[in-house]
Amino acid sequence: MRLFKRNIPQLFLVFFKIGLFTFGGGYAMIPFIQREIVENKQWITDEEMLDMFAIAESTPGVVAVNTATFVGYRIAGFWGSLVATIGVVLPAFIVISLLSPIILLYQNNLIVAYAFRGIRAGVVVLIFSAARKLFKKSPKDLFSYLIMAVAFCYCLFTSWSTIYVLLIALASGLIVTCVSTLQERRRR
Amino acid sequence: MELLTLFWVFFKIGLFTVGGGYAMIPLIQTETVACGWTTATEVVDFIAVSESTPGPFAVNMATFLGTKVGGVPGAICATVGVVLPSFLIILLIARFFKSFQNNRYVMGGMRGLRPAALGLLSAALISIALKNFFPAGADFSGFSAFFSHIDYISIGICIIIYLLHQKFKMHPILVVALSASFGLIFYWLLPMLIPGMAAWIV
Repeated sequence: MRLFKRNIPQLFLVFFKIGLFTFGGGYAMIPFIQREIVENKQWITDEEMLDMFAIAESTPGVVAVNTATFVGYRIAGFWGSLVATIGVVLPAFIVISLLSPIILLYQNNLIVAYAFRGIRAGVVVLIFSAARKLFKKSPKDLFSYLIMAVAFCYCLFTSWSTIYVLLIALASGLIVTCVSTLQERRRR
Repeated sequence: MELLTLFWVFFKIGLFTVGGGYAMIPLIQTETVACGWTTATEVVDFIAVSESTPGPFAVNMATFLGTKVGGVPGAICATVGVVLPSFLIILLIARFFKSFQNNRYVMGGMRGLRPAALGLLSAALISIALKNFFPAGADFSGFSAFFSHIDYISIGICIIIYLLHQKFKMHPILVVALSASFGLIFYWLLPMLIPGMAAWIV
């Protein structure tokens, strides 16, 4: 992997920005990554980002940090992953460790609460746009639709851990690929 | 030593949850209360605040509790603790992925994982939207009960932001800033100026 040394300071800044403005965790990060990294800097593609996010959701740990580490690694190897991770964690860390008593004081402030209500509404729009963009770029075969629908219903209608449906999806993908490979070989 | 415990407990929290911040809540609650760092009622407050500050929820929790227990060094230990499992595991996987991503079986697995991730994202979207539009939960006991539990302002802000986003392709940072302002305007400012509007707010 080529190490884009010039990218590393930029990578840090991008993830610092992302860490500063992402309210609502891992899923809310996706629109920011799409805009800053896929569209503006074109360091990765939408498809690559979806892959990395899929894995970030399936492994232990904080999804947002998983995603940052993975994208950072993809762009600039080990140093990229380090810089991206520190970048995404640093803003909140600085704000909270320095202002923690003040934040706790104002947390029940109604005005602050109203601003955050607004933000949460905006986050809905952002995630919707991001999901729609990714949906447009994903394969439109029956298998994909089926898995998408199953995962969707699983998450909305059960409270079981997401790890199980992701493992099933992983296994299904493997099975389907093996079956079609065998079919190909038989045809030859 | 308290700092070491902070690191270790949050390292465990980071290691033993899959699927993101909110799945960590039960573990965070039990572990932090067991260590005497917070009480069962206080931890709920911490959780609420961590959802409102920028950054990943679990990391915020770690920083808050770390600061409370041990100041800035405590915050560092707790935050590094919760982040380290993610960092190390993903580093390993990313290296593996890089070498094997063209392997037939890896591609097969991803073929299943990708639509599932999209399904998960869509489900998260719906559940966030529902939580926003029905802040006090939905009430199905009757028509008027149902409609009085809807947060119309939240829906309104969503629609306005959506239309603006469609027209102007705004940067997500701008969307966040704008929706915060709309929140202030429609929940606080306008109800002060328009009598009776405050009664609408759920």
